[in-house]
Amino acid sequence: MSTATTPTAAEAELAVQARQATARSEGYWAGVWKRLRRDPVTIVCGAILLLMLLAIIFAPLLAPHDPYQGSMIRRLRAIGTPNYPLGTDELGRDILTRLLHGGRLSWFMGIVPVVFAFVIGSTLGILAGFVGGKVNMAIMRTTDIFYAFPSVLLAVAISGALGAGIFNAILALTLVFIPQIIRVAESVTQGVRNLDFVDAARASGASGFTIVRVHVLGNVLGPIFVYATSLISVCMILASGLSFLGLGTKPPEPEWGLMLNTLRTAIYVQPWVAVLPGVCIFVTSICFNLLADGLRQAMDVKG
Amino acid sequence: MILYLLRRVLYAVPIALAVGFVCFMLVQIAPGDPINAIVPPDAPADVVEQVRKDYGLDKPLPVQFGLWLSKVVVGDLGRSLATGRPVWADLQTAIANTLTLAFAASMLGFVLGCVLGGLAGTFRGSAIDRGAVGLAVAGVSVPHYWLGMVMVVIFSVQLNWLPAMGAGPGGSSDWAWNWEHMKHLILPMVTLSVIPMGIVTRTVRGIVAETMNQEFVTALRGKGLTRWHIFLHVVKNAAPNALAVMGLQLGYLMGGSILVETVFSWPGTGLLLNSAIFQRDLPVLQGTILVLAMFFVALNLVVDLVQTALDPRIKRA
Repeated sequence: MSTATTPTAAEAELAVQARQATARSEGYWAGVWKRLRRDPVTIVCGAILLLMLLAIIFAPLLAPHDPYQGSMIRRLRAIGTPNYPLGTDELGRDILTRLLHGGRLSWFMGIVPVVFAFVIGSTLGILAGFVGGKVNMAIMRTTDIFYAFPSVLLAVAISGALGAGIFNAILALTLVFIPQIIRVAESVTQGVRNLDFVDAARASGASGFTIVRVHVLGNVLGPIFVYATSLISVCMILASGLSFLGLGTKPPEPEWGLMLNTLRTAIYVQPWVAVLPGVCIFVTSICFNLLADGLRQAMDVKG
Repeated sequence: MILYLLRRVLYAVPIALAVGFVCFMLVQIAPGDPINAIVPPDAPADVVEQVRKDYGLDKPLPVQFGLWLSKVVVGDLGRSLATGRPVWADLQTAIANTLTLAFAASMLGFVLGCVLGGLAGTFRGSAIDRGAVGLAVAGVSVPHYWLGMVMVVIFSVQLNWLPAMGAGPGGSSDWAWNWEHMKHLILPMVTLSVIPMGIVTRTVRGIVAETMNQEFVTALRGKGLTRWHIFLHVVKNAAPNALAVMGLQLGYLMGGSILVETVFSWPGTGLLLNSAIFQRDLPVLQGTILVLAMFFVALNLVVDLVQTALDPRIKRA
């Protein structure tokens, strides 16, 4: 018999084992962070994106000139012109200033549709996956219709019909991404729905809403989130592409896609200045893509 | 198998109808009266009323859809507001040009993707693998309209090797298989091919790596087969999936070439759409989108059927 003050050797052994177990099983997110830290590509991409974000937030403080103020006498200067380190555009406006300011709209239009689509698409997808039956049928068959359009075509079709404008472009892009997120959300939810702990919750009398909130959400939001991150890259290219076609932002607003479009006429005069806005789109897009890949590996999401 | 084919073909019918409905709705969601899509804005009021009656625009929406559909199935897509010509007439050359570009680009992308993906999957973790994966990520992340501009800067402006615009000498929009025309095709083709290149590389790399780990490959190795023979077995197993990916890519390029066609003034559907957007020429916009989307639906169907036929492991009843 042992007393509280003098534990037996067996009990001491158990206590040590328990302490070791707690030390070993760190939280899920701690593990994700630990894996991310060992992945230099993801860290570099995250750092570049953070720097860009800071640069466009503080654009008014960092930019050397006014983004709208042009001058006919200093049109299309080359890269490295004093006072205009990245040259000037076809209306004599400072490129560096416009790139800094333009990032605001480009990032906004690249991220906002994905956020909207994430909220709406996950709700509908989880609903379809969890409820099943006729609800699933209705939601997934509607999704199939939108899948019958290549995404660029759908975006151009909707915003082309609605007319140019930031709001219309965001609406069109949101509609493009909702079906894609619904498909992912539905399939991960179906995977979770039939697991033992959901059965256990149901057997102990939990309502459908409680099961989704407590047991399903935590297990499906991660994969959906990773997928949505990878969509930001696509959305950035599409949003700038719409502006490039004259469907998104309207001049004289600075935006990378629109700048690329208006600078196209300057391609024979200052070719390297003309392609600069595209470099910004490319860097942002590839960083988001690699970040999503890194997250997928760190969070151990398949697919 | 026959049952599956039938069911798959039948399933494409409601999808095609629904796609038609979405295209029909494009004119409805456009700001302003849908009648503006048929008559020019400066038409007299009594003419507008007459046209409204003739086109059934005073009837309820489902009836209108039915009327529209009955015209579309016989190839009547309406008339362009800008030129007054039937939309279908202008669409035919444009589609032929887009198809030429998209087909060439997806072929190039597929070949590059298979080579890169095959090498990456076989030598997993090597420098070749990292290089191929890097190229693939760049291919899917690059704004291709920008890549087109960079191509023009390098090969047209700086080196003056290749023409920057159009599909043929003198702005000809009729494609022909000769060197003069080929020269015009090279830049847009290479530009557009980076997307399928990236996607096919990723897919093939995954499939090859997975196949190489399967037991039958170990068994083949145990039997003493040469690397080359093992490779042939792996190809046989990987081909159906790779072909499916490539088929869909052709469809995506048909729709996605809008931006690249704009950069190179390639006289295809993209350029047509671009000018339709600029002039708010809704019949042309609607007709072009409809035909491209229908092409994509049909392509999806064909890819599914071919994949089922090629891969006996897929048993769909």
